[in-house]
Amino acid sequence: MALIRDLIVQFFEMSLVLVLAPGLVGLVRKAKARLTRRRGASLLQPYRDLLRLLRKEVVLAENASWLFRVAPYLIFATTWVAAALVPTFATGLLFSWSADLIAVIALLASARFFLALAGMDVGTSFGGIGSSREVMIASLAEPAMLTTVFTLALVAGSTQLSTIVAFMNSPAVGLSVSLGLALFALIIVAIAENARIPVDNPATHLELTMVHEAMVLEYSGRHLALIELASALKLLLYVSLIACIFAPWGLAGAQADAIALLIGAGAYVGKLAVGGVLLAVFETAIAKMRVFRVPQFIGVALMLGLLGTLLRFVSRSF
Amino acid sequence: MPNLAFDTAHLLAGGLVLISFMLLYQDRLTSLLNVYALHALVLALSVAWQAHLQNAPHLYVTAGLALGFKAIIIPVALRRIIERLGIHREIETVVGIGPTMLAGMALVGLSMVVMLRVTAAATPIARQDLAFALAVVLLGLLMMVTRRNAVSQVVGFMSLENGLNLAATGARGMPLVVEISVAFSILIAFIVIGIFLFRIRERFDTVDIGALDQARGEHR
Repeated sequence: MALIRDLIVQFFEMSLVLVLAPGLVGLVRKAKARLTRRRGASLLQPYRDLLRLLRKEVVLAENASWLFRVAPYLIFATTWVAAALVPTFATGLLFSWSADLIAVIALLASARFFLALAGMDVGTSFGGIGSSREVMIASLAEPAMLTTVFTLALVAGSTQLSTIVAFMNSPAVGLSVSLGLALFALIIVAIAENARIPVDNPATHLELTMVHEAMVLEYSGRHLALIELASALKLLLYVSLIACIFAPWGLAGAQADAIALLIGAGAYVGKLAVGGVLLAVFETAIAKMRVFRVPQFIGVALMLGLLGTLLRFVSRSF
Repeated sequence: MPNLAFDTAHLLAGGLVLISFMLLYQDRLTSLLNVYALHALVLALSVAWQAHLQNAPHLYVTAGLALGFKAIIIPVALRRIIERLGIHREIETVVGIGPTMLAGMALVGLSMVVMLRVTAAATPIARQDLAFALAVVLLGLLMMVTRRNAVSQVVGFMSLENGLNLAATGARGMPLVVEISVAFSILIAFIVIGIFLFRIRERFDTVDIGALDQARGEHR
């Protein structure tokens, strides 16, 4: 009986992230439009886009290999599994035994690997540029993410997400400069990984600045829908990762009843909305940087992660 | 809240190290001065917290000195200097920011290893203050080495002095006389360096230190 209940909760979590992901994208777009005094499309517009893309037929390039057709499904599947591992509204999910932060990073990295391969598959020079830039950014963002994870693991004593969240929710956290540094590093990594504004502009098709859009330029129809949904899921994943680690209030515990779960889900939606609006404000306030400045920007995250680890060693040695 | 006293001291001193890194990262003179003012402000907070912990009222005077001189007077004066020299847009570094940051991380690691070994007998707060203070001093030195612009070298020197201040307050008991004389000697050093800046500028039309080497006939 307990297993069935756990299965239901986990299934609810997986469908919740899937349903909310395009809504978060719509919210960020709407908030950005309002901040620049435009009306903006409705919050439901990303859902309509996805439905329209799903109905359209797929146009494949003549020399596209099987990899090109398989990649969208792989990208979507790995991103969805990674999103299912994050404790979004409850810590005691069925998958939480495997919800290791390093596993989440590895899942996202394999999704990126397939995306970069697919970008180069058809052989257009555009996709090649996009893939090379994506891999350049990733090669900097992943070490930064890993050092941040090490900092968190040193503080909380585990790389397992539900343990970290339980620790963060307890009063034993105290005041720690390492955690602040980890938060900033994680935000920078999230911005870089999700191709948000200082690194890449998600709203443009301008050649000079394109990273993510350049890779998926050859996709159409349901393939494109899956890739768009996967990138929306990735944004949601990072926002909920930051929310569950650094703002773990309202999360339901391991054996919570239905009311606690509902409170958790409500708090989660609220946190997502706050995160989306903050992201929109940040993106409106800052200008896109040149591609060659990006390594410096992400280098800051790497440095913050390392510094957090070092500072942690000082306070641990007593 | 376990051990709030230690955690706050840790936060402030760690913040000082972080702001030293921000100083290394800046590439505009005006933002460099803003960050330096922040550096001094955090130092003042840290010293005030130590005064509260150690029940030492004279440390509040030190904090006030740090706030008044270093967070307000010196940044304002430096800003006026760079506006009069017309150089508020430029900065050039000898090596890139990436290697500088890596060197800085290595220095921080070094100071932690050295200080935590050496000061095994001291109290935890004093130990971590000393470790962070050494890190701030080394980062200030690194900044003086990696910058060629005289104004940013001055800022590096001042941040180094902030590190010394942190060490002195953490080590429980720098007498107020010493503190005031150190503050004034820093102020005098600042004035002398300011005069030198104008002399260098008059002579070579630039505050790039590289011009001095050419004047001495050295070749890079």
